[in-house]
Amino acid sequence: MSYLEYNAKYVPTGLRKPLYLNWPLILLLSAVAGFGFLMLYSVAGGSATPWMEPQVKRFGVGMAAMFVIAMVPIWFWRNMSAMAYAVSLVLLLYVEFFGAVGMGAQRWIDLGFMRLQPSELMKIASVMVLAAYYDWLAPSRTSRPLWVILPVLLISLPTLLVLKQPDLGTAILLLAGGGAVMFAAGVHWAYFASVILAGIGAVVAVLQSRGTSWQLLKDYQYRRIDTFLDPSNDPLGAGYHITQAKIALGSGGWTGKGFMQGTQTRLNFLPEKHTDFIFTTLAEEFGYIGASALLLLYALIIVFCIISALQSRDRFSSLLTLGIAMTFFLFFAVNMAMVMGLLPVVGVPLPLVSYGGSAMLVLLGAFGLVQSAHVHRPR
Amino acid sequence: MRRPTRDSGESLRGISRRALVLGAAQFGFMGILAARMRSMQVEEAEQYRLLADENRINLRLLAPSRGLVFDRNGIPLAVNEQNYRVVMVREDAGDIREVLERLRRLIPLSDEDIERAIEDMMRHSPFVPVTIAERLTWEEMARVNINAPALPGVQAEVGLSRAYPLGSDTAHVVGYVGPVSDFDLSRIDDQDPLLQIPKFQIGKTGVENKLEKTLRGSAGTRRIEVNALGRVMREIDRVEGMPGNDVQLTLDAALQSYVEARLEGESAGVVVIDLENGDLRAIASAPSFDPNLFVRGISTRNWTELNENPFRPLAAKAVQGTYPPGSTFKLATALAAVEAGVLDPEETIYCRGYVEVSGNRFHCWKPTGHGNINLHESLKQSCDCYYYEICQRVGIDLISEMAVRLGLGQRYDLPLSAVAEGLAPTRDWKLKVRGEDWRIGDTVNASIGQGFVLASPLQLAVMAARVATGRQITPRLVRAIDGIEQPSMSDAPLGINENILRRLRAALDAVSNHTRGTAYGSRIVPDDRRLAGKTGTSQVRRITQEEREAGITSNEDLPWERRDHALFVGYAPVEAPRYAIAVVVEHGGGGSTAAAPIARDVLLQAMFDGPPPLSAYPANLRSQIETQQERIKERIAPGSSTSGRA
Repeated sequence: MSYLEYNAKYVPTGLRKPLYLNWPLILLLSAVAGFGFLMLYSVAGGSATPWMEPQVKRFGVGMAAMFVIAMVPIWFWRNMSAMAYAVSLVLLLYVEFFGAVGMGAQRWIDLGFMRLQPSELMKIASVMVLAAYYDWLAPSRTSRPLWVILPVLLISLPTLLVLKQPDLGTAILLLAGGGAVMFAAGVHWAYFASVILAGIGAVVAVLQSRGTSWQLLKDYQYRRIDTFLDPSNDPLGAGYHITQAKIALGSGGWTGKGFMQGTQTRLNFLPEKHTDFIFTTLAEEFGYIGASALLLLYALIIVFCIISALQSRDRFSSLLTLGIAMTFFLFFAVNMAMVMGLLPVVGVPLPLVSYGGSAMLVLLGAFGLVQSAHVHRPR
Repeated sequence: MRRPTRDSGESLRGISRRALVLGAAQFGFMGILAARMRSMQVEEAEQYRLLADENRINLRLLAPSRGLVFDRNGIPLAVNEQNYRVVMVREDAGDIREVLERLRRLIPLSDEDIERAIEDMMRHSPFVPVTIAERLTWEEMARVNINAPALPGVQAEVGLSRAYPLGSDTAHVVGYVGPVSDFDLSRIDDQDPLLQIPKFQIGKTGVENKLEKTLRGSAGTRRIEVNALGRVMREIDRVEGMPGNDVQLTLDAALQSYVEARLEGESAGVVVIDLENGDLRAIASAPSFDPNLFVRGISTRNWTELNENPFRPLAAKAVQGTYPPGSTFKLATALAAVEAGVLDPEETIYCRGYVEVSGNRFHCWKPTGHGNINLHESLKQSCDCYYYEICQRVGIDLISEMAVRLGLGQRYDLPLSAVAEGLAPTRDWKLKVRGEDWRIGDTVNASIGQGFVLASPLQLAVMAARVATGRQITPRLVRAIDGIEQPSMSDAPLGINENILRRLRAALDAVSNHTRGTAYGSRIVPDDRRLAGKTGTSQVRRITQEEREAGITSNEDLPWERRDHALFVGYAPVEAPRYAIAVVVEHGGGGSTAAAPIARDVLLQAMFDGPPPLSAYPANLRSQIETQQERIKERIAPGSSTSGRA
């Protein structure tokens, strides 16, 4: 989009911009966050502290950031893409070497008021830079090998860095998120087919390498895979998380045990009940109805994003919106699949619901970009 | 701005197609998630709900209250006492050391106690209450309660613990309880889940041990909700267990206490049997020990003291001690000879102080001999030679058979620890056990209750009871369980000619009531309470010929453990026997001087159901008896008041 076009077609300006925000999307995001507040209140045993209150504040800050970002024209963000990517990459490298050590892996930078996880930033920055790249690239070249290598490098560089942290969940998100943008941009399907085949090969290699000198993953990651494949073989050790999560989820039944009545949660059988496993609390206390309601809200967010992407008039907006939608989808899909025992436990939070600052702020910022694309669409 | 975005329709359409493919894939996956959620939460919900309940619900056992033990009059012998204790919860206490220091100013706590408490607390989860001190007095308890605000995490609790009000008086009979040990678990085949409770108290000795199942009761259950750390969140429901059954013994607590007091300073065993039904009125072993020490966990010092005491306080001498019965065994020898028809009671045998049997010389206790002597006189004066003679006529097997009929050489089925079998030796026994032939000298030794013959005070009392009644009196210890009277055991006639028994009893009467009787000094004055019996003095050492010639060393000059055992078996009153008794005083010297007076005092106490009047005693003894009664009254009075009878 250019100034020419900008002038030729109607694009909202100034104080009119808020009127053109994607308000249904904002309502959906707030509803999801509301679920989160409710659950954080419940897992704290009916108390706003220690989780709900800071989460509400962060949501407020995140929403404010979203509005600010939405008000800034989308082309500005397109031009900032490369910069965002570079900064994220530098920060990732920084935590790789100087980051505070927590949870057995170097993952964050202490900013004083919050702990910033560069890997969270990178989830969005990589989508941005890929969208900008395909916006810049002539469509005819999209599937040419030379022009495929560059985005592959852009994706694999941070992926390898987070794998080294090691953060399997983020690596999956980066890979699949970036892949989705490439796919949407029209890269030939044969590339994806070969990557999937290579992926299967890699999985075989990873499993084969176990116990040898060139072992590719850490022991605990292997144990997580074992546990995923058969949680019952270690019900009190590594399989404990997933077994208890499934019990909590399943025992919820149709209507759940009632708000703050979840025995699994209240009696501390659930691990990380306020972060990665918060969905199990929701499923236990509100049952199938409550859990499907959240899934529906998530689905609607995806629907609104895809609609917004389809309405976009430029490739950057379209690809960015799709990429962010994909990343968001990956967040909740991987998390839910994980607690239901469909995927190994990889440490991906439930977006906007799990307790945690970085993810909340980055996700709301990302939706700010989606809003910006939505607002600044020529009509 | 740089280059305009290429928003050619073609490329945007491509994006739209791919976007729809992506969207479809996303919704496909969400469909899988929804389906999975449905199958878990709807189809398999029951199964998961069950698992969730298993997770949170724990079954805890409730220990039932142990059955009580009473004496025949309802005086408690074993009770469950309220036990005030102080427990502490680490997580509520904050600075545990500081709190313990404050607690220390209120109740006595040693450095050791404090270290142990801290160690205990650190070993358990922070919410587990750890016992800091037990058995506090009510005042200490009150002090802790009043200062509760300054003692975070400290709670005063009331629990039940076993106590034995009569202490050492009934220690050997009632026994004691203690925490179940791995050794106990390996030894007993008992599936009772109660035994899995840590420190569950089970009977270790005596009635507590033998009637364990009766006293224990059955476990109650408590369903509780616990969290993942095992912390109890709330109680869901509880089913109380069945308390153990109460046991009433045949013991007479007052008499028992009296006997224990009377035996003070001796190492002795006394058994008193009620001749009406075989009830054991007293089973006393001295010295005794305080069973309460064991319940509380005995200190090493006390334990060593009890173990190293030469008087063996832990041994229940009355039922598990076996002794050569000495002259008391002459009853069996005499009855066997008369029954076999080889001896006429009136026949006299000449005693010249010794008898030569197959080259060995067997001595009478009286070196100068008794001269011509018949059965009556032989019992009264306890002549040995008479028995050396008659035993050779009747033979050991018939003597043993008679001994068994009189109650020796057999184990009574009583709920007591290590009831002794004793020994009534036969030819077969010696061949089998020792691999040697029986020799005539063995018979001669056995005829006066020496050599192989062994009997416990309980068996000797049974013998006295059977001789006194002519019936097969069998001892009984349990009078009632849970209020239901237990049957007395067989008391069929002995099958011994009553005329012979009457002669024997007349001789026993003379033993303590004829001036030349061996127990004349221990006679009971009122005619209707007369004592009859037989003294016994059993050697524990061999007297060599040289020693005999040099003059036998008197007991007083020997070291304690080489002195003779003093025995007495008897009954009273002579005319209508009511109580039988056996007294064994280990290394007490002569039966007439050491054992008979005890029997006299105990039987008088039993007959008068309390202290007898001094007039029951011969005039020359009265002042001495008076001081003895005072001394015993003082000893019984504290702690074991038996005046208030139920």
